[in-house]
Amino acid sequence: MTIAEKILAVHSGRREVRPGELINCRVDVVLGNDITAPVAIQEFEKIGIKTVFDRDRVVLVPDHFTPNKDIKSAEQVKILREFARKHKLTNYFEVGRMGIEHCLLPEQGLVVPGDLVIGADSHTCTYGALGAFSTGVGSTDMAAAMATGEVWFKVPESIKFIFQGEKLNPWVSGKDLILYVIGKIGVDGALYKAMEFAGPIISSLSMDSRFTMANMAIEAGGKCGIFAPDEITLEYVKGRAKRPYTLYESDPDAEYTAVYEIDVSEIEPQVAFPHLPENTRPISEVGNVEIDQVVIGSCTNGRLEDLRIAAEVLKGYKVHERVRAIVFPGTQEIYKQAMKEGLFEIFIDANVAVSTPTCGPCLGGHMGILAKGERAVATTNRNFVGRMGHPESEVYLSNPAVAAASAVMGRIAAPWEVK
Amino acid sequence: MKIRGRVWKFGADIDTDAIIPARYLNSSDPLELAKHCMEDADPEFPAKVRKGDIIVAGKNFGCGSSREHAPIAIKAAGVSAVVAKSFARIFYRNAFNIGLPIFESPDAVDAIDEGDEVLIDTKKGTITNLKTGKQYPSTAFPPFMSELIKAGGLINYVKRRVQN
Repeated sequence: MTIAEKILAVHSGRREVRPGELINCRVDVVLGNDITAPVAIQEFEKIGIKTVFDRDRVVLVPDHFTPNKDIKSAEQVKILREFARKHKLTNYFEVGRMGIEHCLLPEQGLVVPGDLVIGADSHTCTYGALGAFSTGVGSTDMAAAMATGEVWFKVPESIKFIFQGEKLNPWVSGKDLILYVIGKIGVDGALYKAMEFAGPIISSLSMDSRFTMANMAIEAGGKCGIFAPDEITLEYVKGRAKRPYTLYESDPDAEYTAVYEIDVSEIEPQVAFPHLPENTRPISEVGNVEIDQVVIGSCTNGRLEDLRIAAEVLKGYKVHERVRAIVFPGTQEIYKQAMKEGLFEIFIDANVAVSTPTCGPCLGGHMGILAKGERAVATTNRNFVGRMGHPESEVYLSNPAVAAASAVMGRIAAPWEVK
Repeated sequence: MKIRGRVWKFGADIDTDAIIPARYLNSSDPLELAKHCMEDADPEFPAKVRKGDIIVAGKNFGCGSSREHAPIAIKAAGVSAVVAKSFARIFYRNAFNIGLPIFESPDAVDAIDEGDEVLIDTKKGTITNLKTGKQYPSTAFPPFMSELIKAGGLINYVKRRVQN
């Protein structure tokens, strides 16, 4: 069995599962946010059950439109807050204690290797970086799981991506590996499937880069992105895990519907052009694309490694006079550490705005909306029509180094043009 | 059940931001969401769509976010069914869970144009283009999902289980 199949088997009380089987699984964590949880709570009330299946395992993070951007958003968050109080949830994260959910849960040790997690947010697939099976669902599935602690799944087929080579090219990180994959297989190239990432390059890849890769599995239509846990995983989990954990890995004879061998020596920093993440080009083939805004952050690239890279590029430079640049650290802890390391000083000296953690600009919610005809380079995950604001604005996806270099140059630029 | 309606045709990879842009997600009121349904794919759609109309689209319909607001907006706009070449995974589950009828049929999509009248037999899973008279099969639902439909959706199914 593959790692994904093993985790599903254990959580469905079976010794073995096969792709295509419909199974009922016990969930370890159920997650919701200020957009999806209000609908889930409304559906939960209809079930007529007194309380949630486990008050420690239902996690609510108001992060999308927070700090509340308007009255309607404030009302939405209030629904979460009151539900959390009523059911005495241990893991409700208010502004000042919160973070972008997919940066926050692993950091707080709320998700551990071997878990089965569902979240009413499509980027719940992020936790696959820890060797957990985790996937996004809608509000009604969240409601049902809050009531029963269970969810039904069709066991997905798996696709394996083996990253071969000795080391990554300069300024290439997890973001480029996953954009490269999406460019290769398309936005539905892994539809309904588990994407397993492996190979010598992965063995030495940082946790932050792994989170970025698993995070964007959904951008290829994947049900989850998953890595076998190793020493790098254990180092991360140590001191954080709030529960015991189990390490799974795929059997040597595990079955895959496809295996891709990727030579990383051919991967340069990638840029996804509007309006799909599959429209990728290597940085050398981007041409002259002038920009108005740069966004560095989000559940995809708002972790410490990302901020360090951005600061490394920006150090000693000023953002181009035509460009607004905004940095969004993923959590309060990341924020504090970045501050301690002096990264904020570099950002502020470069004329970059530093924001409190929020999903805000990534989905065109608030804190950095684009006007008609404007272009942004963003380290976020989607560049759909209207994603960051006006339907006639454009988003180009990149890694933090390219985003930072672009902020300085006023056009999409390679980091080596600055450094 | 039979669903009959006039077709609005869309292309491939219609994402959930096109179906209901995030700027409207500070509300979860279905009627409020319906006012902006498909707005970023076709700004005129919310004004043009009539009760009973059917959306026909290319592959990977509903890709992107997990927002259940997407099928909710489509349903509340009066759309009676969505036929696509394929659906993104989370949208598929969500549509199912909230009771928006969806059908997967690449052949039907290729043979149906905007404005055509279509008849869907939900029990047989067939899609007929009334303009040409041609009929197309759709992918059958897994048995468990048919059970959910019979129960009246996931919440009713869970309600029954919890009460037992």
